[in-house]
Amino acid sequence: MNGAPAVVATSSRAMVATLALVATLCGILIVSAYQGTLSAVTANKRVALERAVFKVVPGAVSVKEFVAGPAGIAPAGGVPAKDTVKFYAAYDAAGALKGIAAEGSASGYADVVRVLYAWDPARQAITGLGVIAMRETPGIGDKIYTDAAFLANFEALDARLDASGTALANPIRVVKHGSKRNPWEIDAISGATVTSKAVGRGINDSAQRLLPRLAPNLDQLRGN
Amino acid sequence: MAIPGQQPLSHLEEFMEGIWKQNPVFVMVLGMCPVLAVSVSAVNALSMGVATTFVLLCSTLLVSLIRNVVPKEVRIATYIVIIATFVTVVDYLIAAISLAVYEALGAFIQLIVVNCIILGRAEAHASKNPPLRTAVNALGMGAGFTIGLFALGSVREILGAGKLFGVALFGPDFQPWVVMVLPPGGFFVLGAWLLLFNWLKNRAAGSAGKLAEGGAHG
Repeated sequence: MNGAPAVVATSSRAMVATLALVATLCGILIVSAYQGTLSAVTANKRVALERAVFKVVPGAVSVKEFVAGPAGIAPAGGVPAKDTVKFYAAYDAAGALKGIAAEGSASGYADVVRVLYAWDPARQAITGLGVIAMRETPGIGDKIYTDAAFLANFEALDARLDASGTALANPIRVVKHGSKRNPWEIDAISGATVTSKAVGRGINDSAQRLLPRLAPNLDQLRGN
Repeated sequence: MAIPGQQPLSHLEEFMEGIWKQNPVFVMVLGMCPVLAVSVSAVNALSMGVATTFVLLCSTLLVSLIRNVVPKEVRIATYIVIIATFVTVVDYLIAAISLAVYEALGAFIQLIVVNCIILGRAEAHASKNPPLRTAVNALGMGAGFTIGLFALGSVREILGAGKLFGVALFGPDFQPWVVMVLPPGGFFVLGAWLLLFNWLKNRAAGSAGKLAEGGAHG
């Protein structure tokens, strides 16, 4: 620079040493930050999950996580095995099973729409809907959680299993606005059909996978 | 900035650099990716501004502290590692403070690492100045960036949702301008602010009798 007479070359050792030192220091910083915030982050996630579950299962005061696999259901923990579906069992103050909540997701208009639905074992029906994440068009796609008429679809959406117990008796379907005839149909929001369909598809896919495994093992949840 | 043969700036002037003369959003038009993407609401804009300021302050401070021991051949690699570290730290901190904000900002927290304002400050300022001066400059830049983000975020939330900080402003009859929270709205509002900023600057330059200089800035 500026025509300096002799450029002193930095030795490779100095460069490696500097990078190693900086990397070590940064590694320590990252690990401390991770350890320092871990409990708060876990607590936040727990609170967010409880809030979401309690919203779709009114009256519940505690929630437990389970996974349903081909072999039955088991409490969730560690890395979930392949081909299992996670769900949440919600209990009331007396410890009685209040309802089941599970997540469904499907591609919407802009991105994946993730919803949490409640399933009532006694009525064999979907009884509540909450949105976990979506990036749909504001003012249009977000009607899936503001439109009262759409949410009314989920007050008692039929989700009975068929005689063999391996699939839903009637797949949950989204139908054109105003043409709902059966209790297993969802009346789409006019102008937000793509997003409405994503909600229906997400619930149907998840329920088809979860309910056949869950229904025979409900007593296991009640005993908890 | 310490330019040889020039009087160094006072700390106040150093701080004001980022807020007015070299405002990252309105003057240098840097870091537009987060500016346009997360400025859909005032809260998101402020959180992003504060997160960026934190990373800017910590990383430039560290860069300034070690400026005399880092060989110049590996300085950029060192800066990137340092910036990435503080971005990771801020990522954990936001998740610990509020999951809602964390999810709203999404990938843009991690993307602070490639925000050109930060690497630019590390290279152009922190590597040549003592820690205190660096910290003051970084705080000014961070504040300037936050002000820029907030200017966009508040306007977009007011027009696009009829709210500010989530509080409804206009009553139930207000029809939100949905376009304002969509990507084009970001460009509209940014354009309008740049127009206003440049007009103010030109007017100030004109009244000081420095028309030529002001015009060249446009």
